[in-house]
Amino acid sequence: MVDILMPALSPTMTEGKLAKWHKQVGDAVKAGDVLAEIETDKATMEFEAVDEGTLAEILVPEGSEHIAVNAPIARIAGEGESAKPAAAKAAPQAAAPMPVAKAPAPQPPSQPVSAPTALRPAAESEWAGPTTTVTVREALRDAMAEEMRRDGDVFLIGEEVAEYQGAYKVSQGLLEEFGARRVIDTPISEYGFAGLGVGAAMAGLRPIVEFMTWNFAMQAIDHLVNSAAKTRYMSGGQMHCPIVFRGPNGAAARVAAQHSQDYASWYAHVPGLKVVAPYSAADHKGLLKAAIRDPNPVIFLENEMLYGASFPVPNDTDYIVPIGRARIVRPGEHVTITAYSRMVEVAERAAEALAADGISAEVIDLRTLRPLDVETVVESVKKTNRLVSVEEGWAFAGIGAETAAQIMEQAFDWLDAPPARVAGKDVPMPYAANLEHLALPQPEDVVAAAKAVGYR
Amino acid sequence: MAVAAKRKPKSRPDEPAEAEVSTEKLLDLYRNMLLIRRFEEKAGQMYGMGLIGGFCHLYIGEEAVVIGAMAVAEPGDTVITAYRDHGHMLACGMDPKGVMAELTGRRTGYSHGKGGSMHMFSREKNFFGGHGIVGACVPLGTGLGFAHRYRDNGRVSLTFLGDGAMNQGQVYESFNMAALWKLPVVYIIENNRYGMGTSIARSSASPNLFGRAAPFGIPGYQVDGMNVLAVIAAVQEAVEHARSGKGPFILEMLTYRYRGHSMSDPAKYRSKDEVSRMRQEHDPIDQVRKRLIDGGLADENRLKGIDNAVKAQITEAADFAQQSPEPDPSELWTDVYGEESEGDVPQSGAGA
Repeated sequence: MVDILMPALSPTMTEGKLAKWHKQVGDAVKAGDVLAEIETDKATMEFEAVDEGTLAEILVPEGSEHIAVNAPIARIAGEGESAKPAAAKAAPQAAAPMPVAKAPAPQPPSQPVSAPTALRPAAESEWAGPTTTVTVREALRDAMAEEMRRDGDVFLIGEEVAEYQGAYKVSQGLLEEFGARRVIDTPISEYGFAGLGVGAAMAGLRPIVEFMTWNFAMQAIDHLVNSAAKTRYMSGGQMHCPIVFRGPNGAAARVAAQHSQDYASWYAHVPGLKVVAPYSAADHKGLLKAAIRDPNPVIFLENEMLYGASFPVPNDTDYIVPIGRARIVRPGEHVTITAYSRMVEVAERAAEALAADGISAEVIDLRTLRPLDVETVVESVKKTNRLVSVEEGWAFAGIGAETAAQIMEQAFDWLDAPPARVAGKDVPMPYAANLEHLALPQPEDVVAAAKAVGYR
Repeated sequence: MAVAAKRKPKSRPDEPAEAEVSTEKLLDLYRNMLLIRRFEEKAGQMYGMGLIGGFCHLYIGEEAVVIGAMAVAEPGDTVITAYRDHGHMLACGMDPKGVMAELTGRRTGYSHGKGGSMHMFSREKNFFGGHGIVGACVPLGTGLGFAHRYRDNGRVSLTFLGDGAMNQGQVYESFNMAALWKLPVVYIIENNRYGMGTSIARSSASPNLFGRAAPFGIPGYQVDGMNVLAVIAAVQEAVEHARSGKGPFILEMLTYRYRGHSMSDPAKYRSKDEVSRMRQEHDPIDQVRKRLIDGGLADENRLKGIDNAVKAQITEAADFAQQSPEPDPSELWTDVYGEESEGDVPQSGAGA
């Protein structure tokens, strides 16, 4: 005999009404046959048999209400068993809660389940060899070209990356060297080609997906978050997604609200993604090479205003900057200023102005936003006792908010003042030149914040 | 499980073409469809007992589509679908024990209990998920096709989608790129007539779904998705087309789900008559059963033997799924990121 139990129709159902029996005692029952109708306050559903045999006994007559989930409601006799018909018994009204055959309650963890400490990668060694001065634009191109020479699975896909040579000329020369198989112009279909790239990465290729700007990637964010970032976890580690999404992020000049947003905190929020936002050409090159070789999806945030900026870059095709390490670009004693991408320049100019006033600022280029190199910032704050974070994006739930929280959790006793955030004003980016200037963090804003945390 | 099936020539243009298959193959098809049916019934029962949580979308009624398609697929071809995916996993040869254990959220599940009904994968069997966002599997499947072409490996991406997904913009972005670049993708629409509770007539300005790929130059047609031999014949043509470098192909499988959209769907948007007519007159498993019995190809005893073997397999899977322990708490933190050191892991699906 097999007991038929009151089924749950939804994850939240605890009891219901047995509205109608479709089979009677003595009826033959096949798997898939509708046995009964169950009613809750939300729905009526038919309930099918899974077992075969003869309906031997109905334990709960139709019309009975408040039948607890998993209470026996009927019995089925299997082949060869005697199906002894019995009269329907009175329903167990307001049935005593049955021992529900739920999954075993989670045992108290045998060991504390705290987040594993992420291994902080070793910093790149200081480069003492020969360098060449190149623009950020060229550094990005060189990084892609070198990695494409090194690994045939690496390819570049995006709008205008091939024949046009890149909307911002970042991919100049790549089509000529690698051909249309590996440098691929797409239609204007961000959602589609981002998803296509993720599918190709799951199949083992190493796509570099260029967004003409990160503003357009909002069309595709579902694939960056739901498909790229989560699949390794959801698959128990089976599926990998080695892919780089890159393009210019943040404000350019006078392109207004829909083309001037910093997405750093959006992507830094997501476990499964790595987020990089470099400043110097050497870091753009070294970090892009690291991103392409990384087995995880990497969000690579560039800035249009930096493409033409020139910096010395090591003459070494194996010069890699590890993802997850910040860099102290200007040592100082009195205040720590953190920044990333174009805001590093703002921070450095502020530091120079502060120096003229006798304030020695330590400027940290965060470079990677996830995993954030909190250790470097903590060590700095232990020395300066003051923190000013600078970002182009909005302050609310931003990178500065996270940096400040980390410092309060890990270096509270070393702080002599509440951390200060210098950020983009809490408005959509305006078009007018004077308003745009006001909306973006300026060196004088950073100077003012540094003086404020120093009570000067 | 490739099958050498000939496509029976149509005598009339409107006559559905059917593949001709051997008796052994027909018995295989019967067994494989029955495995899905019994698995899903058991899953529904275990859901009712609170052993399976969250969302659970059953494939009951639609078995002929994936079993027919996988009868044509060759080793190395890749498969991807949305969230009504248990049938696809079994059809790809994934172990019912591991699938059921994932449904119950246990450590022996395919995703170690971290994916659940909608998120399961098997690199070994070239099953790429299991995706919970309607339409998202279409660009992903197109990307699998892109990888096949990039590697020139002769493989095809079988990309399944529901009729509901046909109203997602990313699907048309994918059709455009697949046709533009002649990617080896076979799009298989599982048209079960309802996107959750909204019928096609209420959601789609043009009810001819496969025809929506025509402007991109993607050939295709409607198929009786309740007839596994019609499915095989159609998928064979589609796969040959894609494999030979001619680009994507689209098939609209007319099928039907007997159960609600998910477990908590009372299915009030359609009549009971509609459901029972489909079950009684078009059931894909009954059709094959009848063909076997009426054609004198197998007797009741032989089919009973198959039924019992399938039932035993499902009982074993259900027991395994209930007896397996839950994931170790440390599992919470694993598989978020991969290590640099794992390097390039060859993927069987796209491997040359």
